[in-house]
Amino acid sequence: MDGRDRDFVQHIPRLRRYARALTGERGRADDLVQDTLERALVKFHLWQPGSDLRAWMFTIMHNVYINQVRANASAMTTTLDDESVLPAMRATQNDRLEVRDLQIALSRVPEEQREVLLLVGLEQMTYEEAAGVLGIPIGTVMSRLSRARDRLRTLLAGGGTHSALKVVK
Amino acid sequence: MSELAVTEAELHAYVDGLLPEARRVEVEAYLAAHAEDAQRVRAWREQNHAMRDLFDPVLAESLPARVLRPRLAHRIRPLLRYAAAAGLLMFGGTAGWYLHDYSVAKSVDTVAFAHRAAIAHIVYSPQVRHPVEVGADQEAHLVAWLSKCLGETLKVPQLGSLGYQLVGGRLLPGDQGPVAHFMFQDGSGQRLTLYVRNGGGGKETAFRYAQERGVSVFYWIDGRFGYALSGEVDKSELLRVAKVVYQQLNP
Repeated sequence: MDGRDRDFVQHIPRLRRYARALTGERGRADDLVQDTLERALVKFHLWQPGSDLRAWMFTIMHNVYINQVRANASAMTTTLDDESVLPAMRATQNDRLEVRDLQIALSRVPEEQREVLLLVGLEQMTYEEAAGVLGIPIGTVMSRLSRARDRLRTLLAGGGTHSALKVVK
Repeated sequence: MSELAVTEAELHAYVDGLLPEARRVEVEAYLAAHAEDAQRVRAWREQNHAMRDLFDPVLAESLPARVLRPRLAHRIRPLLRYAAAAGLLMFGGTAGWYLHDYSVAKSVDTVAFAHRAAIAHIVYSPQVRHPVEVGADQEAHLVAWLSKCLGETLKVPQLGSLGYQLVGGRLLPGDQGPVAHFMFQDGSGQRLTLYVRNGGGGKETAFRYAQERGVSVFYWIDGRFGYALSGEVDKSELLRVAKVVYQQLNP
């Protein structure tokens, strides 16, 4: 029991980092972490001792997140995933990779791609681990990763952060 | 020179440091000869770095109270203790011991309260031209106004005997509603701030001490209000003042 709690707590900062990057918003991120912790505690008996607790907690967060996204689908602009939907955008005054630019660009990467990008690039999971967390084949991880990276590159390089589309925060 | 076949997946694995060493060297050689792929790889790597730069600070952030105030408080309680022990909570060390005495939600909330008080001190005490909204020259008005905002009669402690004079006060938004913020200053310009909010719930607590970014905070709940006294002074000096504040406000 004690060991469980200690282990749980160790993963909270990383869950928060991931949640922040995923949602782009502090409040939503902390809601997500809170819901994830609750569910993890309720379902803890389902966790296989000896298996990777971090991966298990990230899996729970993924499931909670997906449910939230579905519930809020109508309120989100971040689900746009077709390049053609984005109008051509002019480069901003500044070509540097600005913090705000990255945040906005990330919000324009479709959720399913963003999750892969963050698990790999930010959380530094292997492709196998990311596949396990998301419950998808590794080939799908690779194709989503590839699309996410190229999408992000286009958004950042092309000044794609100019707010032609309103980003719902 | 024979062409090495490098897959898209391998380019990603190269960026993510997931290739075996021998293959990594081969991919490097491939990239040296393929400028366009090399450029993509560079951009991807930069994305990884930028994401970490942007979000790694979250790892060091204090946990807000509400994250650990779930509906299943009884299950979370032991978690909190570990969070406190691990220094994850704001004022982790302090949280650790008083968690035993109070309900989890209340304690974490109180810790967050001290945190907000420290931030208010950090923000307002260095202000030169506008440290307060209403100055001490209008003390009666200040007290009447803030009392009206909080819906309870407030008192301002008189700290002249300790060398601190009232500078004035302001209204602040707290996490539960309005907060009255009073500022005091001694002859050397050393400032202390007193952060007062509603919601004591009739309880009383002992003084609790916390530190954040060089600011010391003593905080306590007494009757209808929660108080936090903050200053960039020694713990002993702050305690000396806190005791007087406490005595004056609770005759």
